[in-house]
Amino acid sequence: MTTITLNVNKQTHTLEVLPWVSLLDALRDRLKLTGTKKGCDHGQCGACTVLCDGTRILSCLSLAVMKNGSEITTVEGIADGDALHPLQKAFIEHDAFQCGYCTPGQICSAIGMLAEGKARTRDEVKELMSGNLCRCGANTGIIDAIMEVKEGGGRE
Amino acid sequence: MKIQSAVGQPVSRLEGKLKVTGAAKYAAEYDVPDLLYGYVVHATITKGRITRLDTGAAKALQGVVDVITHENRPEVASADLKYIDMDAPPGLVFKPLTDPEVRYNGQPVALVLAEDFETARYASGLVEVEYETQAFETCLDHNLDNAREPGKGFSTMLKPPPPKPTGNFEQAFRDSPFKVDAEFRHGSEHHNPMELFATTTVYEGDGKLTIYDKTQGTVNNQLFVANVFGLRYEDVRVLAPFVGGAFGSGLRPQYQLYLSVMAALHLKRNVRVVLSRKQMFPFPHRPQSYQRLRFAADANGSLTAMNHRAISETSQFEDYAEVVAEWSHKLYPSPNTLFEYKLVSLDLYTPMDMRAPGGATALHAIECTMDELAYEAGIDPLEFRLRNYAETDPSTGKPFTSKALRECYMRAAEQFGWKERNPEPGSMVRGNKLVGYGMATGIWDAYQFPARTEVIITGEGKMIVNSAVTDIGTGTLTVMTQVAADELGLPIEDVTFSYGDSKKPFSMFQGGSAMTASTGVAIVVAVKALKKKLLKKAKSIAGSPFDRAGNDDVAFKYGHMFLRKQPSVSVSFAEIVAANGGKPVKTTNMGAPHVLKLRKYTKSSHSAAFVEVEVDKDLKTITVTRAVSAVAAGRIVNPKTARSQIAGSMVWGISKALHEESILDENLGKYMNANLGEYHIPVHADINELEVIFADERDDLINELGVKGVGEIGLVAMPAAIANAVFHATGRRIRELPIHFDKLL
Repeated sequence: MTTITLNVNKQTHTLEVLPWVSLLDALRDRLKLTGTKKGCDHGQCGACTVLCDGTRILSCLSLAVMKNGSEITTVEGIADGDALHPLQKAFIEHDAFQCGYCTPGQICSAIGMLAEGKARTRDEVKELMSGNLCRCGANTGIIDAIMEVKEGGGRE
Repeated sequence: MKIQSAVGQPVSRLEGKLKVTGAAKYAAEYDVPDLLYGYVVHATITKGRITRLDTGAAKALQGVVDVITHENRPEVASADLKYIDMDAPPGLVFKPLTDPEVRYNGQPVALVLAEDFETARYASGLVEVEYETQAFETCLDHNLDNAREPGKGFSTMLKPPPPKPTGNFEQAFRDSPFKVDAEFRHGSEHHNPMELFATTTVYEGDGKLTIYDKTQGTVNNQLFVANVFGLRYEDVRVLAPFVGGAFGSGLRPQYQLYLSVMAALHLKRNVRVVLSRKQMFPFPHRPQSYQRLRFAADANGSLTAMNHRAISETSQFEDYAEVVAEWSHKLYPSPNTLFEYKLVSLDLYTPMDMRAPGGATALHAIECTMDELAYEAGIDPLEFRLRNYAETDPSTGKPFTSKALRECYMRAAEQFGWKERNPEPGSMVRGNKLVGYGMATGIWDAYQFPARTEVIITGEGKMIVNSAVTDIGTGTLTVMTQVAADELGLPIEDVTFSYGDSKKPFSMFQGGSAMTASTGVAIVVAVKALKKKLLKKAKSIAGSPFDRAGNDDVAFKYGHMFLRKQPSVSVSFAEIVAANGGKPVKTTNMGAPHVLKLRKYTKSSHSAAFVEVEVDKDLKTITVTRAVSAVAAGRIVNPKTARSQIAGSMVWGISKALHEESILDENLGKYMNANLGEYHIPVHADINELEVIFADERDDLINELGVKGVGEIGLVAMPAAIANAVFHATGRRIRELPIHFDKLL
């Protein structure tokens, strides 16, 4: 067992984990933060995307011990209390999900992607969001929601 | 007092906030104490038997609690009948861990139970299994000669065999001036919902279980568990309030449910079993299929002869069948028809309904053949459909309850700009890309199942609606809330739709595009009964002004009942409940299709899809640059969620035509791309403009709500429209799906 400290959604957690525990399983099974989803456990679907020190990462491809001391933001930490993040509001408004299972990953990934500042056009946003799969086919709604926020139309 | 009707409004998903904040809980996410984690061990051969099983090393590992195999499994029901669920095809249900026989590659052979997930997963690799192998067959194409009639059973009611031939097909086909003879091949596809299949079984003691399961049918799985494990129905509660997609894969109880419950009862502990993505491939799937179509037309472009022969795969133990062969005759009149449907048993797991089962397979072949025949006859493909337009169902002569397909064609063609199309293949070019326009027709049955709902008026004058139905992302929660609100004249804020729980009144599994009609009608019936009850209770209030009022004399709005002729005379629901001793007023009722009346009609939804593709001249890569689908599905309760259903199935159509396939190695008898990196579905960059149009289709016959369902109709026309567009761009008819660039090289 290794003792690690994770700052998740501005709360400090000290936990004992074996080195083989992924960050994803540490969040879901140990910290009970099940908003972060497991869709493939192989870095292929993006459902487990979280923000680590502000950068989007696949939590299934990170071991928890590798993130000792890191600041993690999961989907549970995106809203400001009861006030939803503009992207969360835009997802609801644009019906950017059906089953909702890929949604936390899409939202965390989009926040990370926008912060990277590389995407200028809709096509570039689509390309840079393509690591996040959606099986319901809500693709157009997801990109519409992201574009609305990117272009500053995010509703307060 | 006026409130806007909720039905017809683009209401945002009511559970939206839960989904965007991560608060929505799926089957593997319930925090229960002292949880054991189960991990499945899978057979690595395709057919044969287990000769030796050694669980010693696994059991010796610290943290491992037990390993269950066919050698030590606890007692379960032995009668095959006990395993039959509501969607079971004819045959014998596969029972995991029953005997040493291996019937398909990846079959579960052991369940490891440990105190944590990582230990269970690691220990699964320590279980030693030796096999004696036997020869097997998994490739449909090599076994077409073994095709036979499907067995019949309970599910045959919903999926009847093809109708008898009409006229003389062979002669008519021979004598017609224009004809097409084409073969179509589809590989298998897997549903691959984003959520991994999972069950969390809570062992409550005294033979009682609470089960959080990934399923489309809470009651179906409740009955399955009770029957198989000899428990009382009322002691088994299956909950599935959030389901991370299913697309048919959750219609039947899956093996993680069986294993989780078996372990929980055996160890008297709470047990969670989550399948890995790879473990969701030796699993239900859309079957491989072979189709041969021979269609002919006369000099005027009227269809004269249609033959559709379809052969699909099934397992060695169940006869899974689909309706494939006869769809063309529900769309187009033809005096000479011959429809055939056969099965081949292979050493694979039983296929299962996957979004638009049968229809998605058939319509690709039918609508590509129609396109080809239109070219043979020198008629525009849209004009060809219009010349063969059926005002009544050609296969039965019965009228449709409604059919706005013509409006779909016209509006979608106009929106798309079909008239700009130069019919010459390869004639339209955009830079280095060949541009193709293709169109196709879609049809799907409008189903309705019997369903029960409970409606309750609370002390605050609000309404609660209870149903066992699930919402797998379809929008059922939102749509049912809208329906219920309108029925009682309440704003949607005052209605709570409570669902996804087998303890609540009966609902079939969510499937077949049937839920809005099924649950919706049950709500209509229950609210009607509730209104009578509210009047009766109001009359019992001393000096009630409703004393002489009959059911037709009162109306309901904003939580009040009032006299139609004297609206100022009213009583609030809260007052009625108070007069009822504070006890909520409630009723449970069943809604059912009007079978007798509807026997005289055909009930179908229709669609028309128009697609533009670009094909790179050098690399032959194919992109769907834009698509327009017009859908006639009766009344649209919620245009926002319905649009998502259609747009989502258009993405499925793009996926079926250009991306997804389960690649089977017939030498190994297993799927080679059992992961989301190699099982390709469209990513955001693959999806461009998708436009959805709902035709104005009023249907007063079909059911109380005039709805037909929108789960599958958006998918069926898309693959053919894309294949036809690829032909228009390149002059090449590719009749195998998916169409990858290499097929155009």
